[in-house]
Amino acid sequence: MNEDPTPSSARAAPRRFETTAPPHAKPVSSVPRIMRRVLYALAPAAAGYTWFFGYGLIINFVIAAVAAVAAEAAILLLRRRPVKRALLDGSAVVTAALLAFALPPLLPWWIPALGGFVAIALAKQLYGGLGKNLFNPAMVAYVLLLASFPILMTQWLPPRMGDIDYQRLGFVDQLRYSLFVELPPERTVDAYTRATPLDMVKEGLRAQRPFQELRGSSMIGTFGGRGWEWVGNFIALGGLYLLYAGIIRWHIPVAVLAGLLGPALVLHLIDPASYPGPAFHLFSGAALLGAFFIATDPVSAATSDRGRLYYGAGIGLLTYAIRTWGGYPDGLAFAVLLMNAAVPLIDRYTRPRIYGHAER
Amino acid sequence: MLELTPDRRLTGGIRLLANKAQSTAEPILRGLVPPELVIGLHQHRGTSATPIVEVGQRVAKGEPIAVPGPGASTGVHASSSGRVRAIEERLIPTGARLQNAVCVVIETDGEDLPYREATASTWPSDRAAQLELVRRAGIAGLGGAAFPTAAKLEGVAGRCKALIVNGAECEPYISCDDALMREAPEDIVLGVLRMAELVDAPLAIIVIERDKPRAIQAIGDAARALGDPRLRIAEVPTIYPAGGERQLVELLTGEEVPSGEYPISIGYVCQNVGTAYALQRLASSGEPLTSRIVTVTGLGVERPRNVEVPIGTPIGWLIEQCGGYRGDVARLIHGGSMMGYALPSDDLPVTKATSCVLAAAADEIRVDFEEWACIRCGECASVCPARLQPQELVVAAVARDFEDLDTLGLDDCIECGCCDVVCPSHIVLTERFRAAKRAFAQHARRLALSSEAEARHKRRVRRLEATAEDSRAAQEALKANVRADDEAERRRAIQAAVERARQRKRGNIEP
Repeated sequence: MNEDPTPSSARAAPRRFETTAPPHAKPVSSVPRIMRRVLYALAPAAAGYTWFFGYGLIINFVIAAVAAVAAEAAILLLRRRPVKRALLDGSAVVTAALLAFALPPLLPWWIPALGGFVAIALAKQLYGGLGKNLFNPAMVAYVLLLASFPILMTQWLPPRMGDIDYQRLGFVDQLRYSLFVELPPERTVDAYTRATPLDMVKEGLRAQRPFQELRGSSMIGTFGGRGWEWVGNFIALGGLYLLYAGIIRWHIPVAVLAGLLGPALVLHLIDPASYPGPAFHLFSGAALLGAFFIATDPVSAATSDRGRLYYGAGIGLLTYAIRTWGGYPDGLAFAVLLMNAAVPLIDRYTRPRIYGHAER
Repeated sequence: MLELTPDRRLTGGIRLLANKAQSTAEPILRGLVPPELVIGLHQHRGTSATPIVEVGQRVAKGEPIAVPGPGASTGVHASSSGRVRAIEERLIPTGARLQNAVCVVIETDGEDLPYREATASTWPSDRAAQLELVRRAGIAGLGGAAFPTAAKLEGVAGRCKALIVNGAECEPYISCDDALMREAPEDIVLGVLRMAELVDAPLAIIVIERDKPRAIQAIGDAARALGDPRLRIAEVPTIYPAGGERQLVELLTGEEVPSGEYPISIGYVCQNVGTAYALQRLASSGEPLTSRIVTVTGLGVERPRNVEVPIGTPIGWLIEQCGGYRGDVARLIHGGSMMGYALPSDDLPVTKATSCVLAAAADEIRVDFEEWACIRCGECASVCPARLQPQELVVAAVARDFEDLDTLGLDDCIECGCCDVVCPSHIVLTERFRAAKRAFAQHARRLALSSEAEARHKRRVRRLEATAEDSRAAQEALKANVRADDEAERRRAIQAAVERARQRKRGNIEP
């Protein structure tokens, strides 16, 4: 012992340490980071949308986001829950962004405001806040607005260069309409708004006009609606980024698109005059946004891989059914809500076999 | 010789920063003798060893200081020469947690004098005698559980399809197996063959993760030099927790170990490379297990490296031999960053379960335990190697819903911690599952007690009823007897009266 260079060390005062339970490795992700990335992923589509359809999306987004965050803060205060951490998680802003993409661009301010409030207060906080809601908040708000204000909710604008008498509404014009419901003099709302490609095709088919003829409209681009198809491309780009970043997994988008495009392809091959093909379905309406951004909302989606396939396929099939035989031109929001209701059942019956257990 | 490179995929698992390079730059530091040794006599599940030394007694290195107890137990030996200063209960780190155990405290003399009898023993040819020697020599699983090797190998011969020798070392920071495989591949391979003989295995597979090319090379060279047809080397993907027993079996064979069973139930035995090395040292030189390789690492230690450490060495002293602490140390962890547990102080001794001492700085580990709500993203489920649904389990765990916990497979959780690491809401999952398991065990005990009490009560009620029935029957019988007797008596009396009357009528009456 005397030869030891540090003989006293054994009896030196022991050093004390804090203890916490394993694992000690740091978490590799976080909720705010996921929400931020979803917003990044939507940015190119937002830019494309603005280029083709004006600033309505941005204005609606800002209003909806303010309303959503305010509603979140107010209800958290009422519930006596920590406000700051929940506000900073970014989920309310993502909800507002998805709602803004779902809304027509030309709207009075109180529509997105009401939407943001309903999404957070009714569809999210009343169920218990983040993670507890059964239904997708943005879709609840959208469907509520669609049912309550059916005329306002058709105020879609034509794409840039989509029409011969195309009238562009600038940022100031859009903002004036939003805040004061005022348009440039001697103009009515009808002078600006147009049916969406999905609506136009649906009405045309109902009037017995063949799809081939409807395709010739200046509102239709190479695959789907003019302008819309580009927004769709950017949304798909954002979706691929989410896949690459590991924010979403492939099961839901693939199943949604397969559920929508499968029947579209089959029926189009049988009767191309009455049934638009898969390309049109893919690049019109909410198909891509729904597949990559809305159906993939983890809170209201199924959790197992197999369950996600059922859930996504259900959304795709229901969307196709509503588009083709239902009363609305698009049906994604309804399809998502219907499948949200089925999630607890799907989750229960798609739990994978536990390691070392026999098949149930 | 076939080299297996399994293409089978592990269920779940995650790729983690390995953090191993910092401790493998230098060769293993050997020949340390600490001034004091605190040698636990009960370092594992199973039973404690029984001390055979007295306070004040001089002991030599390798001298037995305790003999195995009944059941799963091992002998314990002095790790260096010196004098027994105390035999007392102390807190020691075992495989899963800190535990109180009787310890022999030895004040070393620095001479490191070997025990003479150690070299005398030779490797017996009889399997039972071999197992007994392994038991007495204190050989225990050096992968981190320190379970007595003899207990694990007992009764295995004849049932074993393959011996799986674990050099995967998937846990971050730990590199003791890697270092040993690089420096002593011949002894490891010879030990593996001895083990294969001990369990009569037709196949011995040494498993190494692909991020250890030097170990793969060294072990491969040693195995090729021996040319034994039973030996196989399997390179497996670097993914945590590939080194778990159940995961190794799945990765190598595609089979799953049934829930609640050990791998031997389907014909596999898993052993660690360090254990194989210890077995070879015992067989070739009669050395009992008195030291092990420990990885001393983390940003909180000056010179991270692997060290051959005498069992019982105080951890604080060990850190000093590696240059001492560096900066603020947030946690002192026994094991790696995933399954290792935090130590409250550094005066605890190294045991056979100590594969790594991680002095972690605050920026390499989790120190913030705030949570968000679960967003049901399912990441935890997709990385779970047991294919559980942690997002559902945690709800049942918090609610102590034992029925749901059972359905959801709480018992199948291997506590690897993958779910915690991937959870974007930073929810503490594994610790809640551990707590739920403890509560479940308590609940099960209470249930067993109450059902036992219920059965006892029912038995008593039945017994009382039976007794009551018996006595009632006896009384009835008695009454019936009495009644019968009365009846007979009366009949006889009547009969007698009738007889008398008849005789009177006949005239021969005596007035």
